[in-house]
Amino acid sequence: MSDVGKLGWKSIPIGGILLEPGSALKYKTGDWRAFRPIVDEAKCVNCLICWIFCPDAAILRKEKFVAVNYDYCKGCGICANECPVKAITMEEERR
Amino acid sequence: MSKIIGMTGDEAIAYAAKQSKVDVVAAYPITPQTIMVEAFSEYVFNGEVDTEFVCVESEHSAMSACIGASLTGARVFTATSSQGLALMHEMLYIASGLRCPIVMGVANRALSAPINIHGDHSDMMGSRDCGWIQIYAENAQEAYDWVIQAFKIAEDHDVLLPATVNIDGFILSHSLEGVQVQEDEDISSFLSTRKPAITIDPDKPITVGALCLTDSYFEVKRQQVEALNNSFKVISEVNEEYKDLTHMGYTTVETYGMKDAEAAVICLGSTAGTAKAVAKKLRNEGKMVGVIKPWVYRPFPTKEILEAVGNLKALAVLDRACSFGAPYAALCSDVFSALYADGKALKVFNGVFGLGGRDITPFDIESVFNEALESAETGFVKEPVKFIGVRN
Repeated sequence: MSDVGKLGWKSIPIGGILLEPGSALKYKTGDWRAFRPIVDEAKCVNCLICWIFCPDAAILRKEKFVAVNYDYCKGCGICANECPVKAITMEEERR
Repeated sequence: MSKIIGMTGDEAIAYAAKQSKVDVVAAYPITPQTIMVEAFSEYVFNGEVDTEFVCVESEHSAMSACIGASLTGARVFTATSSQGLALMHEMLYIASGLRCPIVMGVANRALSAPINIHGDHSDMMGSRDCGWIQIYAENAQEAYDWVIQAFKIAEDHDVLLPATVNIDGFILSHSLEGVQVQEDEDISSFLSTRKPAITIDPDKPITVGALCLTDSYFEVKRQQVEALNNSFKVISEVNEEYKDLTHMGYTTVETYGMKDAEAAVICLGSTAGTAKAVAKKLRNEGKMVGVIKPWVYRPFPTKEILEAVGNLKALAVLDRACSFGAPYAALCSDVFSALYADGKALKVFNGVFGLGGRDITPFDIESVFNEALESAETGFVKEPVKFIGVRN
């Protein structure tokens, strides 16, 4: 529920109703992640298959390889599974 | 100027909803509530009200439509009973969770199986934790008065919670009584048009029903608890204002003979009327008995009940519903919690009665009073939970 997820019970909007439209961007779902995708930039061929498959649009396009937007990546691992050159590995989050 | 009209409990509630100028009614008929929506649909047909009457295919849909309408800022009324209330169950939590000040008339009726259409409190007690304000009326007059007050309480911005006004099925829903009603203009000045805190407006979009996970759900619920706590103050203010208008004095708890009572009965709804009549007779015989009748069951008026209990020696809690497997039925559990937390050590026992509409007679209640008086004297409870009026 966007940035209201940080508010205390006295100030949170009534009924969990979001008064600001388009505020989903403020909800950083990255902290749901249990496994973190790590891109090996040397192996990446920039084919963008991971970019197509990512259900959260959390793959960032760079000039020669891809990167991950960790604010929104939920760690599903689809990118690592689909990568044809095995350039993405999933590492356990240590929090 | 007020006038007296002969009405059933159901009709009195419909009449109160009419005078409250509700914008939307979405309801599905079920015995013994049917007359409420039947009477209201006649007001709509006759053009006596400017209300959108939505005929739906079930109670689940009725409450869903009410929630949608309430979120637009409309004043919303509905009514149900028994299986209908049970079918609404999930939507009851959504109405309170989304802070929709809907007012609902409930003609209390037993739950199946076996099927039964008569009055007991199993339906509302099954949904007692749904976050709604829950009021129990003793007669048609109280039902009329509370419905009007319920809108004002529910719609207050410090509350914003839905409310039920409960009447015993058939005993009140279908019995004709003289009801003192107020002038339409007086009710309109007491209860002005609803001023919503948040409305659905295409020019100012909001999100209703967004996912609230581990990071926010708890805060939203904690706030809801506070809203129900806040309602005590609002109920008291609204009661005062209503009294100024109508000379009808309401509070969260009504007491009879409690100043000097040694033993008392506490119960909800129409049974309190019989209990008061029996208490009056016993007091004339020199027996110090009293009656406590919570008008408001949720939020539970702990403070007022403790005040009423005072130095009482024994209390019989009469429940018109079962809590299967629980040590005591619903009202009794709440009473025990309140008394224990306050350190009160009086003798308490639970009487479960009237399931499926079985009558509780003055004779039954007199036995309860006598047993409570005996407990007061001996300091001993013979039977912690008794079932009154069931055949052996």
